Amino acid sequence: MSELEFASKDFKSDQYVRWCPGCGDHALLNSLHKAMAELGIAPHNIAVISGIGCSSRLPYYMNTYGFHTIHGRAAAIATGVKVANPELSVWQISGDGDALAIGGNHFIHVLRRNVNINIVLLNNQIYGLTKGQYSPTSPRGFVSKSSPYGTIEDPFRPVELTFGARGHFFGRCVDVDGAASVEVLVASAKHKGTSVVEVLQNCVIFNDGSQSTVATKADRAKNAIYLKQGQPMIFGENNEYGLMQEGFGIKIVKIGENGITEKDLLVHDAHCEDSTLQMKLALMEGPDFPIALGVIRDVESPSYDECVHAQIEEVRAKKKDHSLEDLLMQGEIWEVK
Amino acid sequence: MNKVMADEMKVKDLERVVVRFSGDSGDGMQLAGNIFSNLSAVLGNDISTFPDYPAEIRAPQGTLSGVSGFQVHIGAKKVFTSGDKCDVLVAMNPAALKTNIQFTTPQSVIIIDSDSFTKKDLEKALYTTNDPFTELNIHNQVIDAPISSMCKDSLKESGLDNKAALRSKNMFALGLVCWLFNRPLEHAMHMLQNKFSKKPSIAEANIKVLTDGYNYGHNTHATVSTYRVESKEQREKGFYTDVNGNLATSYGLVAAAEKAGLPLFLGSYPITPATDILHNLSKLKELGVITVQCEDEISGCCSAIGASFAGCLAATSTSGPGICLKSEAINLAVIAELPLVIINVQRGGPSTGLPTKSEQTDLLQAVYGRNGESPLVVIAATSPTNCFDSAFMAAKIALEHMTPVILLTDGYIANGSAAWKIPSMKDYPAIKPPYVTPEMQEGWKPYQRDLESLVRYWAIPGKEGFQHRLGGLEKDYDTSAISTDAENHQKMTITRQEKINYIANCIPEQEVLGDKDAELLIVGWGGTYGHLYSALEVMQAQGKKVALAHFQYISPLPKNTTEILKKYKKVVVAEQNMGQFATILRSKVPGLNVYQFNRVKGQPFNVLRLVEEFTKILEEK
Repeated sequence: MSELEFASKDFKSDQYVRWCPGCGDHALLNSLHKAMAELGIAPHNIAVISGIGCSSRLPYYMNTYGFHTIHGRAAAIATGVKVANPELSVWQISGDGDALAIGGNHFIHVLRRNVNINIVLLNNQIYGLTKGQYSPTSPRGFVSKSSPYGTIEDPFRPVELTFGARGHFFGRCVDVDGAASVEVLVASAKHKGTSVVEVLQNCVIFNDGSQSTVATKADRAKNAIYLKQGQPMIFGENNEYGLMQEGFGIKIVKIGENGITEKDLLVHDAHCEDSTLQMKLALMEGPDFPIALGVIRDVESPSYDECVHAQIEEVRAKKKDHSLEDLLMQGEIWEVK
Repeated sequence: MNKVMADEMKVKDLERVVVRFSGDSGDGMQLAGNIFSNLSAVLGNDISTFPDYPAEIRAPQGTLSGVSGFQVHIGAKKVFTSGDKCDVLVAMNPAALKTNIQFTTPQSVIIIDSDSFTKKDLEKALYTTNDPFTELNIHNQVIDAPISSMCKDSLKESGLDNKAALRSKNMFALGLVCWLFNRPLEHAMHMLQNKFSKKPSIAEANIKVLTDGYNYGHNTHATVSTYRVESKEQREKGFYTDVNGNLATSYGLVAAAEKAGLPLFLGSYPITPATDILHNLSKLKELGVITVQCEDEISGCCSAIGASFAGCLAATSTSGPGICLKSEAINLAVIAELPLVIINVQRGGPSTGLPTKSEQTDLLQAVYGRNGESPLVVIAATSPTNCFDSAFMAAKIALEHMTPVILLTDGYIANGSAAWKIPSMKDYPAIKPPYVTPEMQEGWKPYQRDLESLVRYWAIPGKEGFQHRLGGLEKDYDTSAISTDAENHQKMTITRQEKINYIANCIPEQEVLGDKDAELLIVGWGGTYGHLYSALEVMQAQGKKVALAHFQYISPLPKNTTEILKKYKKVVVAEQNMGQFATILRSKVPGLNVYQFNRVKGQPFNVLRLVEEFTKILEEK
């Protein structure tokens, strides 16, 4: 399978893409097509499952198998698909409302079980399809049609839910940042177990500018840090800043000042079982800290779907009855002659 | 129906006998009842059982709410119900006596554990005097055996402490009942050895107490008649086992998966009284069955839909409240036209209702309870053993017609058991899902249909050249793309309905039992078959002209339904709800005028009461 070569276009369907012009979903769709081409998995071995919401229209734009399901339930349906056929590459496309509000229960349980699916969480902090209500990731005080005086509730931070549910993979990218998005998506697909990629996505109509601090390459150089496995944590327009551990926290240092060199900086380890530092990095936010992008956590662990089938094989090897009739004849029976 | 038991010193032959074991929910009455029914079946009797247990796992000991019962009807010939009233009542404490006296007749023999009738026990069961028999106006023959103390004596040398020894007192009662009915103990011993194979000392203790209970009957109660229910009807040759409805349902799904050559997937969330289906299928890993215990009912249904999309025979099992939660997902399977079996083991509602009691109150929910025009198939199993065939047919129809099928069973048949001839799978029809074929590939669309059956073709992910997108949005009839076109929606709505209607061509015509020139047609559906059939038998024996049409297929109805219902002068629809099937029939058969008999008590129908009501209708001018 991996020997086959595919191009982005092999994953594009013939359907007209109906998202608003300028919507971050367009960019992510392109990145997904590219990531799949890079992975080299044939379109017929891929199933893309979505719930309801703007981003959940995505399966229609894929030339793979796809299922646009019902609100919040993509994770549950994707679980069934993957357990039924672990050979398939299964992707879940969800928005912040779909995955974290109406689908919150399935989101945490798919992570807890560690089903080998790739969740692409398009987080635009707004309900777009219902025309502009606050979402479970909208910041406190956010003014929307359903919160004219500002919200009086705190948002979820997807990474906290992911780690709280014992997630083993968390990555983050910005919708318009194609190359970095492809990289994270590819890594998420290669990870065995549930992976969550949070896509910081702009809604041009109802929440324009929500990602403005990381919207351009220049913005990201200033306000974001790309975490790379085994690399020291450096960021800034001229790579002049770094991250160091300080007590229980993280601090920003200027390289060269006070005798600090690259060797003093934190080195990223996404494979570290203990998620404490990964969590700290993922929770960094402006204006004081850069936003962490890239693969933040990537830890190996048995996947649910492989365990389901391993257990079946184990029992099959031990027991001889492989048909219902055999099984019944081995039970408590009596004969009428 | 049951022969009067006279107070004579001899062995009497009976056609049929009903025994009811009752006690505290921790007293092991279900096990005693199960063993008794099983060994009777092995001896060639027909059996029908009814476990009647409380919702609480362990209500306070000795209280009225903690009483658990198990009724078994054994017959020399075929029996169809678990019996209206019992011939023998075992009451392990005063609470059991009080709550179960309603199931006795003046001729019933009552066995009590006299050790558990102390003042304190009577108070717990809210008696106001020290004489429960006078208080309850009981004049029956009573065997008051000191069961607890004899059980302790029996195990004095076993090394078990008193508390552990008393766990075997159900076996003493069982031994006594076995003596009363001339049942040899060998098979019971065998069952106990199997059940406690990992704890041989417990098996031994139980067998010892069982034997002592039998001997106690033999030695001290020679003045009570003992009874013999011999097998009188030559049963069909073959191997038999005993199954309850939930087990038969589980096996039916497995059988269908084998026939179709597909893996079986069950997505489920525990709920009374359906949980045993999840238990049963979780055990069958050697048959390749995949079960996922989901985080909620919704996920149970959704994971099954995902598995169906990916090419499994997929099912989800639940009871009424779970169906409410699954409704949106079921509708997804309706519009995506994916095969799915939804099992609803009905219980008392609304809301949490009566979780451990049985009703038929989810019929309209099954047929109509979803948003939009949402036709699907509804099948109702008629008896514990019929659950096997019904589950098999539900799966066959789902797979061959690419539709969700709701299988309605109920708490009564799900937990009730009967002797079942192990079927030979070669006697069952093939299951042939409408897979896409290579020659279809050019220009294939996912909602392309067979023009006669209107069934769409199934392309399973992993198959090259058939990638497609399904979804909950309306699709264009021709292109399968999303469509909001007015004419198209009308056409798709009609198409989905016609697809279900067509299935009437693939199910058997409705059978009518009884007199051809009946003056009254009894109509029922689902789990009340045994009671309605027994009522028919009684009325026929009285020379009355009656017939019974008992429906298994509800949506679509069998093709000859209108013809049958129009043929008889009087029709009575008897069901355990307030008239849901009658409502459906009235809407499907214009001008239909039916009588109704409705009971929503959470208990099975009472045959004699049915006979009384039907006779009244028959005689009405």
